[in-house]
Amino acid sequence: MTTQTGARPDARPSAAKAPSGGRRKPTDASPLTPYIFMAPYLLLFLLFIVIPAVYGFWISLHNWDYLLPGKPFVGLENYLDLFRAESTISGPFWESMEATGKFTLYSVPLLVVIPLLVALMLNEKFPGRSFFRAVYFAPYVLGVAVIGVLWRYLLDPNVGLVNYYLGLLGIGNIPWITALPWAWISLVGVTVWWTLGFNAVIYLAGLQDIDPELYNAAKVDGANRWQRFLYITLPGLRPVLLFVITVTILASANMFGQAYIITQGAPGNETRTAIMYIAEEGLRQFNMGAAAAMSYVLALALLLISIANFAVFRYKED
Amino acid sequence: MGERGSGLHRLTRQQFLALGASAGAGLALAGCGGGPQSNPAVQDVGGGGGKTYDGPKVDLAFWNGFTGGDGPYMRQLVEEFTSQHKNINVTMNTVEWIDYYQKVPSAVRAGKGPDVGIMHADQLGTNAARGVVVPLDDVANALGFDESQFAPVVWQAGIYNGKRYGIPLDIHPLGFYYNKGLMEQAGLDPNSPPQTKDDYMAALDELKANGVKGHWVSPFAFTGTLSFESLLWQFGGDIYNEDVTKATFNSDAGVEALSWMVDLVKEGYSPKDVAQDAEFIAFQNQDNAFMWNGIWHINTFKEVKDLNWGATQLPQIGSEKAAWAGSHNFVIMQKRPLDTNKVQASKVFINWISQQSIEWAKAGQVPARKNVRESQAFQSLQWQPKFAEEIPYVHFIPPEPGIADVQPETFDLAVNQAVLLKQDPKPALDEAAARADKLLQANREKYQA
Repeated sequence: MTTQTGARPDARPSAAKAPSGGRRKPTDASPLTPYIFMAPYLLLFLLFIVIPAVYGFWISLHNWDYLLPGKPFVGLENYLDLFRAESTISGPFWESMEATGKFTLYSVPLLVVIPLLVALMLNEKFPGRSFFRAVYFAPYVLGVAVIGVLWRYLLDPNVGLVNYYLGLLGIGNIPWITALPWAWISLVGVTVWWTLGFNAVIYLAGLQDIDPELYNAAKVDGANRWQRFLYITLPGLRPVLLFVITVTILASANMFGQAYIITQGAPGNETRTAIMYIAEEGLRQFNMGAAAAMSYVLALALLLISIANFAVFRYKED
Repeated sequence: MGERGSGLHRLTRQQFLALGASAGAGLALAGCGGGPQSNPAVQDVGGGGGKTYDGPKVDLAFWNGFTGGDGPYMRQLVEEFTSQHKNINVTMNTVEWIDYYQKVPSAVRAGKGPDVGIMHADQLGTNAARGVVVPLDDVANALGFDESQFAPVVWQAGIYNGKRYGIPLDIHPLGFYYNKGLMEQAGLDPNSPPQTKDDYMAALDELKANGVKGHWVSPFAFTGTLSFESLLWQFGGDIYNEDVTKATFNSDAGVEALSWMVDLVKEGYSPKDVAQDAEFIAFQNQDNAFMWNGIWHINTFKEVKDLNWGATQLPQIGSEKAAWAGSHNFVIMQKRPLDTNKVQASKVFINWISQQSIEWAKAGQVPARKNVRESQAFQSLQWQPKFAEEIPYVHFIPPEPGIADVQPETFDLAVNQAVLLKQDPKPALDEAAARADKLLQANREKYQA
């Protein structure tokens, strides 16, 4: 589709023949028009995304501490260091990538499925529906600091409320935030509780976009509830599902606050995520070159996952 | 994309870090007593040097990280100073410590840094090497400060590469808090807390017999690593070698120190899986009898109703007495060009606060100045003098550049893994030491480049 007909000389006469209903014809527009409309966004995009990204790449090619006079150029050393067992950063970095990978793997399926179930439920007509919609969305309104501190105290193995009540039921102390696999169960559980409302709202909007006629027609054809879900709801939600999965993967892969506050990366470094390590390395220890290189590796990994994700959904569409 | 979810977008990094500090280590700084009492004006005696300032009126920006109960004490001192010095106006700005050490360098770099600040002794080398703070030898000379007026250990801690970068304000050591109520219940004399290893273990046995886990061992830096460091020194070891090129915390002394902590857990004197601050909460909830924690908590506990507690020096578990300590130091920030009037006014300010450090002591600190420590006013404080008795044997982290980055990546992890019973002390420490050697090497390369 050509948005700038004016750029095509042959388009001019035909466009001129078109009846003018008082609207400005596209041909009258300067070819720059769309760009001018996009300019404010492009400016911000350039300023806050493109330039920092390029600058970040430049930083990643140096041993960079912005306050030290010497910022020696090291080429790809920072990247190669990530693959050298004897370097100071490769071990912790891949440990943190593994932690991020685990968290993503554990949390994404739950964050895709549970909100869908919640949305299906909230899409039904029943008294108090608006109230429950608000209830499920409510935790999402809280900041990570709030939910982090809240759950850190609730889940404390020795002085926390959760273990206190489990104790009354005769269940011994569970090391919710200090041992595996409990720390992952806690982090995933807290994240699901906290953010499921967002995905549920997206699903709900998607569900309301599906033509009710389809369900009526299916009922007439004798489709049961499950069949209606499988053949109408799911296909109808496909674009929404793609969005939810992509965004959830990215969000989970960027997990920082929950682990930072609730487990502090413990036990050992088991729950220290990639973002936590990158922040520590770059912003607290001022090894910005290495941290920038790690960010690029993480970004590349996420890019590949997102591409794969889109490819799978496109394949299904065919 | 990604505009949801793990929620990073709704909280800035600063807020996270600030929160981390208040949630974790920063709790250490919480607590507050009443406001400081006003004190008689101290005139600036003696002309010249650094003790008076007669130039045009200047504004001094003074930054620090006193976000806890100590903040109001410092603010009060600053207000008093300003009211007594008509030509020096000091504006105090407080930022969480963990944030402070990121913000100050960038502010200084941008030419918007403060004139005077506070830094911990172990941050001085890093900030000197990064050109954030300026040498203060001439300031110390002008003010007539020398080692004889301070505790030698804290005076030495301000020197990096043969130059002085900090004027010590206080010393904040790790001490021994005991819950008198729990001691009484266990038939122990609440007025004679155990001070030797044998007495300490005997007391823990009594407590255990009464169903109390007497000494909760934290696997986190606050207070697990602080305890480990103290014990390491008590057993005759040290964290690093003399010139800070190699880690030595995995020595026999280190293994003994960490094993002692781990055994407390294994033998049921401490619960397993103590989370951040749980030992501190349990102490106030009458569940934990003995706790090694910083002097900064004395005002915290004063405010807890029905908590019958005491504090004294750490018991001697190893072959000698030792305790971890930190120190707040005055620093003057780099500015190009340095405004001589401001530097002069800063000297006056530092000198004045230093002389008033008895007021600062009330915030839960031991003053670095000897004459203040020996004063009747200080000795009559309830708990601070007990901690001050540790001064002859407190240890500091050496002020090498980048040194504060080594600990969280190395022996913090070893303590964590060992106390959580995931790894034995020796392999945990060995692994951490090997990594520490690499980081020390990397620091040397980085700061010499």
